[in-house]
Amino acid sequence: MAFVKRYLIPRLIQYVLVVWLGITVVFFIPRVTPNDPVMAMVGILRARGATLEPGAMDGIIRDLTEMYGLEGSWSDQYWAFWGRLFHGDFGVSFYQYPAHVNQLISTAMPWTLGLLLTTTAISWIVGNIIGGLAGYYSRKGWSRTLDAIGMVIRPLPYYIFAFALLLLFASTLVFRWFPVTGGTSLGARPTFTWVYIKDVLWHSALPALSLTILGGAVNFQTMKLIVQNVNAENFVQYAKLGGVTEDRIVNKYIIRNALLPQITGLALSLGQIFSGALITEIVFSYPGMGMLLYNSILRGDYNLIMGIVIFSIVGITTAILIVDLTYPLFDPRVRYK
Amino acid sequence: MKTIRDLFRDYRFLFSFIVLVIILIMAILSAFSPYDPTLWNVVPKELKPSAKYLLGTDSNGQDVFWQATFAVRNSLIISLIAGLVSRVIAILVAMVAGYRGGTIDRVLMFIGDSLLVIPLFLIIVMVAMMLRKFMNLVVLGLLLSFFGWAWDARTIRSVILSLREREFTKTAVLSGTGTIKLVLKEYMPFAMPLIFSTLINNIAWAIGLEITLAFLGLVNLNIPTLGTMLNWAIYYQSILLGRWWWVLTPVVLSLFLFIALYWLSVSISEYLDPRTRIQRVGAA
Repeated sequence: MAFVKRYLIPRLIQYVLVVWLGITVVFFIPRVTPNDPVMAMVGILRARGATLEPGAMDGIIRDLTEMYGLEGSWSDQYWAFWGRLFHGDFGVSFYQYPAHVNQLISTAMPWTLGLLLTTTAISWIVGNIIGGLAGYYSRKGWSRTLDAIGMVIRPLPYYIFAFALLLLFASTLVFRWFPVTGGTSLGARPTFTWVYIKDVLWHSALPALSLTILGGAVNFQTMKLIVQNVNAENFVQYAKLGGVTEDRIVNKYIIRNALLPQITGLALSLGQIFSGALITEIVFSYPGMGMLLYNSILRGDYNLIMGIVIFSIVGITTAILIVDLTYPLFDPRVRYK
Repeated sequence: MKTIRDLFRDYRFLFSFIVLVIILIMAILSAFSPYDPTLWNVVPKELKPSAKYLLGTDSNGQDVFWQATFAVRNSLIISLIAGLVSRVIAILVAMVAGYRGGTIDRVLMFIGDSLLVIPLFLIIVMVAMMLRKFMNLVVLGLLLSFFGWAWDARTIRSVILSLREREFTKTAVLSGTGTIKLVLKEYMPFAMPLIFSTLINNIAWAIGLEITLAFLGLVNLNIPTLGTMLNWAIYYQSILLGRWWWVLTPVVLSLFLFIALYWLSVSISEYLDPRTRIQRVGAA
């Protein structure tokens, strides 16, 4: 019971507050910035050379105002905004009219989820295992070599690394092993055949590789440092002197202590990983949320951007909540407090 | 002097120092550029690197080398504005939250933590899209600084929290030192090295975000920065067409810049941590 009261309830309250704050910020950004999305859209229509009768433009402005949810006072708009959100209604997209924003997001989502989940899982597990080993054997040559490689890869932003891979392995400059763009070959139809699956995997190899290496390098470095520190702690020295077997020390004492900050670290970095995945998708023209975001920015599709941002805020904060709630499973101190 | 000599014994510090000096010289060279960076078609298009055009020319008819000098200068200006202004915000938040404690601490830290949890990049993209027409170096710098303080405020706050419990705080308060003077005169010297290392990290972050936003077309593409150079190179398909001198210039420059900034911050913070310093340079 103490666990529910001390840990679970405050954490849930925090979750609700963060989601509320994030969505409220999204609501206010277009309203406090000196920019009128309706007039911007009208400007685009005019620039395309649409000639309209005098009264028609007023009708369009009225319709657009309604579609953007911009009629009435700010507080009216705010309530209507939440009302629509609870119905899961993000409105219609402008650049792929009359498709609904929900529809577009749900087509793009599986691509991003597939890429993100696999790469995050692989980079977290592999990074931690290699980092743990390198931390325990920190005086060995291979450990130092890996550390030096990590020092070079770690500071690189996602798109720069993605570009480096693109130039190395997909362009005509060096090797031409992988396709430059896309999620599948042109005109491939989604079927459950080996040919199609192989096509998808081949196209996602480079984006996945770039996300995995970067994410893995971060996990490797932090895990190595933590293990080195835990290894120097008194209780480990004591266990060694007391003749506890090395296997037992590593499995029972070092790994269990070192993994805890890594779980918190995973929760904290999920937002960054997500942003990185979006950029990587754009670099490789991978048909997920990142590409959707890119297209909606190019076309000034305001509803779609709002939909993507709100969806991502809820998705990421929920994912972090789930990671945080699994924390007591690993740390008995939180469970019994 | 001894501090500097010790720092130079670290190969990472030496590397960062050399790279940053070269990049700084490039930025200064921009003042001597023979071309106006905003004008197009001042040189023949798409030439390979040669003695006359050191890094070749691009499809806009601009000299890649001189364009790169402006790009480096502008990227540094943006990131310095972002870094310094966000440092001011972070220090203020950390000092108020750490020293006052209580409700104000909880509220400030909640806002900071929310900024960390929400996919901030998307919020910045949204704001940048709204401010597109008003975008210039200063606006972009301020926009980034407004979002870039949360993590560092938290780190600085933890230092203040531990300082508040020290003996000298009580001595100072009891002998009548005012809060502002106490924080500025007594606490700042302790927090300064940490603030400096967060500044370097923040500069790297700001340069990175500028490139991302430029890549998305959300900045003024007529102002050369590392990001807009990359954007133009991609726009003209320079990877597919094999114009490596054009696309590689911003990529390689930013690669070295990011590694140098990271190594600088790592070597300085290792030096500041006496346990790792003893390992590296012996007793200091």
